[in-house]
Amino acid sequence: MRVPWRLLAVLLLLAAAILIPLGQKNYLIYVLTSWLIFSIAAMGLNLTLGYAGQISLAQASFMAIGAYTTALMTLAGWHWLVALPIGLVLCFVVGLVLGYPALRVKGHFLAFVTLAFNTLVFLLLRNEEWLTGGTYGLSGMPRPDLGLFSTDKQLSFYYFTLGVAVIAALAMWGIVRSPWGRAFKALRENPVRAESLGVDTRRVTLLAFAIGSAYGGLAGALVTPLVQFIEPGSFGLAHSLRVLLMVVVGGAGSFFGPFIGAAVVILLPEVLRFTEGYYLIIYSGLVIVMLVFVPSGLIGIWGRLRDRFRPQRQMRGDMPEGARLP
Amino acid sequence: MSQFLQVLLSGLATGAVYALVAIGFTLVWQAAQTVNFAQGEFVMLPAFFVLVGMNWLGLSFWISLLFGLAVSVLLLGLVFKKLVVEPILPHGGITLIIATMALGILLKESAKEFYGAEAQPFPALFPGDPINILGAAVSLRDLMNLAISLGVVMLLTLFLNRTRTGRCMQATAQNPGVAEILGVDVKRMVLYTFLINAALAALASFLITPVYLAKFSNGETLGLIAFIAAIVGGFNQIRGALVGGLLIGVLDNLTATYVTAQYRAALPLILLIAIILLRPQGIMGTSEGRTV
Repeated sequence: MRVPWRLLAVLLLLAAAILIPLGQKNYLIYVLTSWLIFSIAAMGLNLTLGYAGQISLAQASFMAIGAYTTALMTLAGWHWLVALPIGLVLCFVVGLVLGYPALRVKGHFLAFVTLAFNTLVFLLLRNEEWLTGGTYGLSGMPRPDLGLFSTDKQLSFYYFTLGVAVIAALAMWGIVRSPWGRAFKALRENPVRAESLGVDTRRVTLLAFAIGSAYGGLAGALVTPLVQFIEPGSFGLAHSLRVLLMVVVGGAGSFFGPFIGAAVVILLPEVLRFTEGYYLIIYSGLVIVMLVFVPSGLIGIWGRLRDRFRPQRQMRGDMPEGARLP
Repeated sequence: MSQFLQVLLSGLATGAVYALVAIGFTLVWQAAQTVNFAQGEFVMLPAFFVLVGMNWLGLSFWISLLFGLAVSVLLLGLVFKKLVVEPILPHGGITLIIATMALGILLKESAKEFYGAEAQPFPALFPGDPINILGAAVSLRDLMNLAISLGVVMLLTLFLNRTRTGRCMQATAQNPGVAEILGVDVKRMVLYTFLINAALAALASFLITPVYLAKFSNGETLGLIAFIAAIVGGFNQIRGALVGGLLIGVLDNLTATYVTAQYRAALPLILLIAIILLRPQGIMGTSEGRTV
């Protein structure tokens, strides 16, 4: 009988996620909550980068769109649950509009367009003070009140975020497993062959990018009630790069990679606190070293170890070459 | 009218420096399929090398410039190629792009931690005194920046078109496989490209830092503008990058003067989207049949 190891591991981790914060200080719970939020953002970017093979440097901007939409609406008295879908749809539409021209041409145009878009969003947030509060940002956003379950306490907000993250992960699991998601994978593995099998590569890539952007919006919508203060500086290019590196460090194109990557990026500053300002230097240096030796990310290390110790089916020597033919 | 001329000339001067960066970017892209997202930091850093030479090693300014150039070519050319590009390129273009992004962070943070987070004054190569041309007050510095940049671009073009090495480099960029068969030392040519890129970035750094001051975050805008200049001009042409750089420099200045200063940074984005929609191969570029 095949033991569903993977399911067991996921359930175990989920149990850990529920039990670990019990009785902990608020700070640790805060760190865990931001880990979940960044995992969601990284999950979305993983769809764009890992499955569709396009670089997006605007994930922080989509977080900003989600965060500011929910902030403005909850400040105006709407419920968070009403504001959330609006923020998500907004991100999805902006993603479509942004991706449409960029994905018309082959190459890394989306990277440049999103890079420029991130700058533009930052300028908008800073300059349009009547709407966004400029550099002073927005503050005092209420946390969502779900009737019986109030999220005002740090721990209950953590569980709320955990619930949202689990739903988001299940939705992503569904997307990746659907015929659609298979098309993403086909596209990543071999664009020419995918197209010859009838996959509309451009539309699939565009959708992947738009859905990934909506995940960014979801993460942003959770940032607003967590921090209860948002300002343009939290959504700059550096943060987009941060999310991108999360995806890469965890392992682009693997389902659980983003969670690992987000954990590394959120926890490493705590571990490397003694290095003070040198943290980012060490981290980016380590990323380059990792890309040289294990380009598939931390999850790739696990895969390599497993392959080494597990008996393998013999493969004909010319199979990999055959798979690479267009 | 005189104000317009003034804005135009200083725009051309900045644009010519952008063009240097964009040309280096284009050369590396062609020769090694490397999209260098650390290009902005490659322009930020040489100025700091010069400051190190002056303030830490006690060299005179002109010697420090040479020192900065040498260190840049060594680190940003040779070491970059050997330690980053060569081992990662086989893993695929996207992996390499991400590695250059990480490298950008590394360089930026290093400049901040090891030299200082404050903007550092950088001695001017030329006096900034205004000169009167047809009623427009233009600084000598702008004129010299324009002249030097255009001169270097011209020399580079001559080198690439007229010398044996230059032609070998072009052959490598066009088709490495065939170039190798014809006896071109492809690896060496690619290395030359990286060295030239580093030298161009260093030159741009020396010309533009007196205006912007040496700051660790200079690379962000410079890099973005260089990418956009390269794309707008046409990715497969040196003269495309030149036109793109000049165009952005001029438009940037015109917007800041006549339309809005708050949103001047948004202009390159709008230009980029317009170009991608209307003419994805760039203004000067020739189509490569770039549909999947």
